[in-house]
Amino acid sequence: MAKMNMLHAINSALDITMQEHPQACVFGEDVGYFGGVFRATSGLQEKYGKHRVFNTPLTEQGILGFANGLAAFGAPALAEIQFADYIFPAFDQIVNESAKFRYRSGNEFNVGNLTIRTPYGGGIAGGLYHSQSPEAYFAHTPGLKIVVPRNPYQAKGLLRACIKDDNPVIFFEPKRLYRASTGEVPEEDYSIELGKAEVVQQGTDVTLLAWGAQMEIVEQTAKQASEQGISCEVIDLRSILPWDVETIAKSVTKTGRLIVSHEAPITNGFGAEIAATIQQECFLHLESPIMRVCGLDTPYPLALEKEYVPDALKVMAAIKQSMDF
Amino acid sequence: MSNPNNVSLNINHDLTFIDGHALTIPTLSILTEDGDIHPSATAPDISKNTAIKLYETMRFIRLLDERMQGAQRQGRVSFYMQCLGEEAAVTASAAALDQDDMIMAQYREQAALHYRGFTLDQFMNQMFSNELDLGKGRQMPIHYGSKELNYMTISSPLGTQIPQATGYAYGQKVKHIDAKSGELESPIDNVTICYFGEGAASEGDFHAGLNMAAVHKAPVIFFARNNGYAISTPADEQFKGDGIASRGVGYGIKTIRVDGSDALAVFAATQKAREIASTHGEPVLIESIAYRLGAHSTSDDPSGYRSKDEEANHKVCPIDKFKKWLIKQDWLNEEDDAKAKEAIREDILAALKRAEKVQKPALEALISDVYDTPIPSLVRQYDDLKAHIKQHPDAYPITAGRIK
Ligand SMILES: Cc1ncc(C[n+]2csc(CCOP(=O)(O)OP(=O)(O)O)c2C)c(N)n1
Repeated sequence: MAKMNMLHAINSALDITMQEHPQACVFGEDVGYFGGVFRATSGLQEKYGKHRVFNTPLTEQGILGFANGLAAFGAPALAEIQFADYIFPAFDQIVNESAKFRYRSGNEFNVGNLTIRTPYGGGIAGGLYHSQSPEAYFAHTPGLKIVVPRNPYQAKGLLRACIKDDNPVIFFEPKRLYRASTGEVPEEDYSIELGKAEVVQQGTDVTLLAWGAQMEIVEQTAKQASEQGISCEVIDLRSILPWDVETIAKSVTKTGRLIVSHEAPITNGFGAEIAATIQQECFLHLESPIMRVCGLDTPYPLALEKEYVPDALKVMAAIKQSMDF
Repeated sequence: MSNPNNVSLNINHDLTFIDGHALTIPTLSILTEDGDIHPSATAPDISKNTAIKLYETMRFIRLLDERMQGAQRQGRVSFYMQCLGEEAAVTASAAALDQDDMIMAQYREQAALHYRGFTLDQFMNQMFSNELDLGKGRQMPIHYGSKELNYMTISSPLGTQIPQATGYAYGQKVKHIDAKSGELESPIDNVTICYFGEGAASEGDFHAGLNMAAVHKAPVIFFARNNGYAISTPADEQFKGDGIASRGVGYGIKTIRVDGSDALAVFAATQKAREIASTHGEPVLIESIAYRLGAHSTSDDPSGYRSKDEEANHKVCPIDKFKKWLIKQDWLNEEDDAKAKEAIREDILAALKRAEKVQKPALEALISDVYDTPIPSLVRQYDDLKAHIKQHPDAYPITAGRIK
């Protein structure tokens, strides 16, 4: 074990992959010698050469088109999109190509070797173009997997699982926590199974469900709630697609209450899918309506970020409302 | 053999491929480093007033950049981007336009905006995202915009302004097409200039924008700022072939490359480009070559990817070069220049302090402008949020005191 921040953990997962597969390539804007604007790919070019770790021209559409081709050839394609806000120029390559390669060809071809890493989320005073959480757009597309880690240990294990998974995966990295979150991480290889939520804290009164950076907020709220005698079960969804209905349903069956929290706007956010599914699975066990504490239906603001984000106070208000229903 | 439209069939019997660098585009240079007109060059037609205003803009922007870079290090603003090394490219191109021509910029073009008349307080209010910011505190520092000054508000996603500029310029032209005859009545009164970096020129939007402009003949001046780097990526990892200029040619667009550290060359090229765009109603591409002397932004540290030697090799100061020429014209003297600099520094500091004290936008700014009027779900969310803030005023100090 070593103490690592999330960037080190991600770097370590990439490093292991590069060692393991002689044709694996890491690429994206500024990822080469510079190591990416957040330095997640630091040192890899020195170790594996410019032919395997390289800067691309500034074209997200090009990065993903290239990645689809490389992955179709059979090499692990580890593509970085500098900010999740800039994944949209590549939207067509991802939702029409990566996601449908296998299906449309009857599996004559597939891009299972593709992993897209991209920093997402707010909390860095980045305003509307450096703060978005676009997971729901991709979650509407069959053929993709979507994963979001909450700390360094998860980041390394989940990223390794994404890379080994035989499907195209988008790995959203909570940039606010890149350096802020540190912890013990094994230096050797390990994977965390995709599609499985993690029960981070057991509780009996209400289930709090979140992912990525929002986990920090719900964990903090759970602590405050317990001081007021409310026992929260806290779950990290980890994989948005596929998602672990069973673990969530089991928890809600026990607690009778569910609060889902995410940074993205509430309307058509992934919380909506969860609420709809869980009310169907757990209808007779619910003590109160499923609640969502999310971003507003506005672009991500700058000056009024505090007002916009689903913070601990807002989660707490929802807990009380749920308990008092 | 058929002749596909628009392709010249110059039949040849050798198996020859054209090399990517076969087209070498010359670079227009007018001013020498000593501030003289190059012996074989012709100075553009520039009035004393314009020349002085051009210089004053560059001088102001250099001082603003220095101060705001410092202010970011002191934690007073969250982010800043200077245009060190590119002052002449941006200012001189803006100076060659009409005040009502549209500017669609990338982000490193504060000098063009100041040339148009954006005030010091307006710059500061945007950077401090306070309630006087025209953009209502929604975007990061340096994302300026002003309808009054015909300067489209900056959007961070790179390259998106390029096809938009084509469309905007087409609008400027379509007004001048006679409905009956379909003929263009020229000159078109206003055109659009579109700035972007050599990095942004790799985006799909660049190719889409240039192609649309060429095919539909939009009066847009594409101004590529080739400053050698896109964050850490050097231009030779960005494109092959002869710069961005060769792409303009490839798309069938009249193209020129200029020394971007030479205010007179940039002025001359842009003046001519404007004339072409407005009389013929067609696009023009200018590629300016001027090294990015500073960091990409305050979040960046160029020592990690380029050597001191390389930086030293590019130390040409576009402002000094132009200043030497002005002094030789007897339009400027060192003493007045030094005094003016002192006064500007004081103004900048005072404006910074003023903007810092202005309060942040009220809560209403969170939901306005998402639509023309807030849709019902947003109104409900807003009411819930207001109630929540009223219950916890201490947690939301920026807005709580002002909620009715
Ligand atoms: C679509 C998109 N991708 C990535 C970014 C992140 N980014 C901001 S500036 C920049 C470099 C731009 O370089 P260039 O166009 O050459 O302009 P310069 O900064 O050199 O003036 C990058 C990669 C972005 N803003 N938009």
